[in-house]
Amino acid sequence: MAHFTKAKSLHDWLNQRLAIDTLRRVLATEYWIPKNINFLWAMGMVLAITFGLLLVSGIFLLMYYQPNVDLAFDSVNYTIMQEVGYGWLWRHIHGVAASVVFLIIYIHMFTGIYYGSYKNGREMIWISGMLLFVAFSAEAFSGYMLPWGQMSYWAGMVITNLFAGGSLHADGLVEWIRGDYVPGQAFLNRFFMLHVLLIPLAILGLIGLHFGALRIPHVNNQDGEEIDFDAEAKKYLSGDKAGSKVIRFVNDFLAKDMMVVGIFLILFFYLVFYHYDFAMDPVNFDPADGLKTPAHIYPEWYFLWSYEILRPFSTDVGLIAFAFAQVIFFALPFLDKSPNAVPASRRGLFKVWFWLMLIDMIILTAMGKVPPEGVFSTIGLYAALTFIGLWIALPIITKFEKKA
Amino acid sequence: MKNSSRRGFMGKAFGAVAGVGAVASLYAMKRTWDPLPSVKAAGFTTLDMSAYKENELVTEKWRGKPIFVLKQTADMIEKAKNNPKDMDRLIKVGNDYFMVCLGLCTHLGCIPGYDADEKSFLCACHGGMYDFTGDVTKAPPPRGLDIPPFKIDGNKLVLGEEGPEYKKMLETGVTLKA
Repeated sequence: MAHFTKAKSLHDWLNQRLAIDTLRRVLATEYWIPKNINFLWAMGMVLAITFGLLLVSGIFLLMYYQPNVDLAFDSVNYTIMQEVGYGWLWRHIHGVAASVVFLIIYIHMFTGIYYGSYKNGREMIWISGMLLFVAFSAEAFSGYMLPWGQMSYWAGMVITNLFAGGSLHADGLVEWIRGDYVPGQAFLNRFFMLHVLLIPLAILGLIGLHFGALRIPHVNNQDGEEIDFDAEAKKYLSGDKAGSKVIRFVNDFLAKDMMVVGIFLILFFYLVFYHYDFAMDPVNFDPADGLKTPAHIYPEWYFLWSYEILRPFSTDVGLIAFAFAQVIFFALPFLDKSPNAVPASRRGLFKVWFWLMLIDMIILTAMGKVPPEGVFSTIGLYAALTFIGLWIALPIITKFEKKA
Repeated sequence: MKNSSRRGFMGKAFGAVAGVGAVASLYAMKRTWDPLPSVKAAGFTTLDMSAYKENELVTEKWRGKPIFVLKQTADMIEKAKNNPKDMDRLIKVGNDYFMVCLGLCTHLGCIPGYDADEKSFLCACHGGMYDFTGDVTKAPPPRGLDIPPFKIDGNKLVLGEEGPEYKKMLETGVTLKA
């Protein structure tokens, strides 16, 4: 049996039983971060904090929300918003955070793409991050069902219809997912379960995997420089803090992280208190009605780009293009054939590819919002084709890329 | 060596039993997600066809979706007879002819409105139009309004069951499976 001595303090008592000093050293004080980074490296922490806000606000919403087709709408729009003390605060935090979290996810993703932080040993970071993106998308969609407004109902109808697979006409599968012929009580209940338990569990697990995937390759830096973390850490610990290329995660880097988080939170709570309406679709303030379709059914802004890839084509081609758009980002580390993990600005044609992809996704997002008519359909069609074309071009242009 | 083979056997035996258990649990989970029998039973709607008035659109509900029922006037039947495609879409119950369609535009699923004077449907979303038999007369809808599965039972129409008349419509391509 392990040998225990009489503890000199509470700290010592805990340390003998839980090795808290070792834990702190391994996870925090001797987890090394390169110095050569910028504020974009703080997005991971911003995401973690935003997830925390979603979790806490969600717990309080859960106290009054009723997952019942007759009660859900009023439990949100009357009970939580008007009766519960500060209920509006939790709802607005939850709604705004659900929208903002996707903005930060996209910034986080495109930062990774720009600096090549998805290759040379960092593939699992990228893949686990993409799994998180999928899990967050499912979480956002299932949560959007819960207020049981018109947009909840019809978005639920349209998205579950996608599983019919167009001409495959797999109506049985769609009815199985819904538990009914149309979204109803069974549908609301199971999406409630997914939203508050199963998907959050998956997200927590995936966050663990994402952090774990970071452990061995460490985070990238602004020049994609390969750093010998052991040697640099030794230099730092021996007192040469200025000469070392790395700093401690806690407190050194965390102080910078929290500075960015602080600025983010000021902006975030400004939105929560004064501009929460951007995250609340007015159509969703009408109760769900299966016999009345809203004039335009569109998803929240963060799904618009993939929705627009679905829309300009005929049903079957659209579904294939949509499925392509959903999974293709997973393949990025393997479609990029160049070993260069340096900023896109030093990678020749890849620089063009990066900016075209970013602009194309912004155009797709804008076109997804407007009705699919006239010139907008044409722009949407070409933007969707450009998206697919860029992915086909990626292995070719990176294959011939010069060594940086 | 002896020990390790015993461990190996234990591992395989456990794996086999657990595998059966896993498959059985998956089946149970799948069944739990299935629509309930009460939901399935509510998937049939019986319409009394003697209650409808000529050229007056009534919206019924079947499986949560709107169903348009329009009893045809002699005038309409005359017109439809000139266009066999229109006649195929009508359902004959007793001596009367009815248009019975899913009231969702085949373009993007909006609900069209009926103009009794013009005897046509207009979808406000993107301007698609249908005639009094539910056949499309103006794009963008790709096809006429879908006809739900039906079975003629005397003077009644059972929606959700596939009678011989409906099966014939499917075969001849008058409607897609709704």
